Amino acid sequence: MEWFNDFWSTYSTLVFTVGVHMLLALSIWLTLSCGLLSLANAAFMGIGAYVSALLTLNAGWAFPTVLLAGGIAPALVALVIGAPVLRLSGVYLAMATLAFGEVVRITVLNLDITGGPEGLNGIPLATEGWHIALLLLLAFYGLARLRRSKVGRAFEAIKEDEIAARLMGINVNRYKLLAFVLGGFIAGIAGALNAHFTFFISPREYGFEPAVDILTMAVLGGTGSLVGPALGAGILTLLPELLRFLHDFRSLVNGAVLVLVVLFLPKGIWEPRRIRAFFRKGGQA
Amino acid sequence: MLEQQLLNALTLGSVYALFALGFTLVFGVLAVINLSHGAVFMVGSYVALALVTQLDAPLWAAMLGAALASGGLGLLVDVLILKPLRVRNAPHLIPMIATIGVAIMVTSSSQGLFGAEIRRFPEETLPAADFMVGAVHVRVLEIAIVAIAFLLMAVLFITLKRTQLGRALRAIAESPKAAYLMGINVEGLFHVTSFVAAALGGIAGVLIGLDFNAITPQMGQPILHKGIAVIILGGMGDIRGALIGGLFLGFAEVISKAYLSSQMGDAVAFGLLFLILLVRPSGLFGRVLERKA
Repeated sequence: MEWFNDFWSTYSTLVFTVGVHMLLALSIWLTLSCGLLSLANAAFMGIGAYVSALLTLNAGWAFPTVLLAGGIAPALVALVIGAPVLRLSGVYLAMATLAFGEVVRITVLNLDITGGPEGLNGIPLATEGWHIALLLLLAFYGLARLRRSKVGRAFEAIKEDEIAARLMGINVNRYKLLAFVLGGFIAGIAGALNAHFTFFISPREYGFEPAVDILTMAVLGGTGSLVGPALGAGILTLLPELLRFLHDFRSLVNGAVLVLVVLFLPKGIWEPRRIRAFFRKGGQA
Repeated sequence: MLEQQLLNALTLGSVYALFALGFTLVFGVLAVINLSHGAVFMVGSYVALALVTQLDAPLWAAMLGAALASGGLGLLVDVLILKPLRVRNAPHLIPMIATIGVAIMVTSSSQGLFGAEIRRFPEETLPAADFMVGAVHVRVLEIAIVAIAFLLMAVLFITLKRTQLGRALRAIAESPKAAYLMGINVEGLFHVTSFVAAALGGIAGVLIGLDFNAITPQMGQPILHKGIAVIILGGMGDIRGALIGGLFLGFAEVISKAYLSSQMGDAVAFGLLFLILLVRPSGLFGRVLERKA
């Protein structure tokens, strides 16, 4: 166990970050599975992080209730902005949710209670490895069940053809809102978890780039399954760490991987059918 | 004081408009949200800086070189990445993600090559002349920036409105398939559009580089956000909208920075945007174009 302790003391933050990114990738998978290109998840994560950190610091709530509140707060925000925002589709929705994210970021930047540009410091360490593992498992299990339920099939119908889904009697608006709110809930929990092991949060972590990063993780891994987004989150988080020796050039590889996957693996890295075919043919794709 | 701010706003707004013009042109013609436009902008200012400091090139030549280099980069991205995606008929989300990859690659390469520190044009290479109009302090540089931006925009407007090329581009914006059936070389014009849009972005980069005289690998990010704001404001794919939206954003930013806090300026701009999207998703001047892939 010696090596494990060494490993853990050096890399536990990295492992935690991978877990949180996996949750975020799953949160955007949820909206994508309903055909919604929403880029609000970083903002939802930020709301969750700030609400939970403030409750811990100022109200002294217990960690489980803080986590729950961190999920519920962005879900409520999603509920409020969902009705008008979800009337938009495609790139317009993406732009509106990005603009919403900027509004959240700049609001946090200018409020006193959130510490402005300096952010919140000295958030006590409360997240443990098993919290993240358990919540990830719950998210996986919940989303896998959801996929096979009536709700999941409704999401898929809406994604494939909204008009046809509506004609089949699916309440499209309500299901879209459900996906949006649930996605916000998961992202908020991820934010709350994140805030309680990094000690420090600032508005910069929840702006435009993270919003795009989350989407990138899901698409890189492949949105056809639940494994894909998690895999994409793992790769994009670990790659820069593995490539530290490249110094300033290391994110070059992230960009190149992204471009190559988009060009040559249209369904993302994790595509069960292609992987099975690969092995059946004895290694010749 | 107000007149001085208006001049600053005009300078900034005209560069925003020029940047957004290329951005909106690509969206209108190729139906791609090109998130590498900010990186192309940054490349433009570095190329100009290199030409001025390494080769002692005059500013106009540096600007031309920057336009060619950025345009070439845009063309390269179109040929190597966007074209295969078009051939495959990928959903609109996919090319956007590919351009994110390009932006990361370009930004990271220039950080590796030039370092993260701020680079500046040497003082003696910038036109230092200035004069007073009433109480307003006018730099010749600012006049030149506004003039160049408006000249380029005018050329683009006239090309789009009056020439055969412009008609062909507008036909593609309506429907690439129909344009193809009318005998228009759609692929060729996609390449032309990518080149021109990126060249305009590169020139905008040089102009901002000259105005603020601070060039960093990260300078493309904030302007990309502004570009997104402008094309939402003006209507996505709408050329006239990009001009008016760009000027509007320049004014909103400068005025709110002068009379409110420096940060609230952005909050007002994006809050307004958010509202516009909710009430009028097609932007102030645009029409909603639904194009199914």
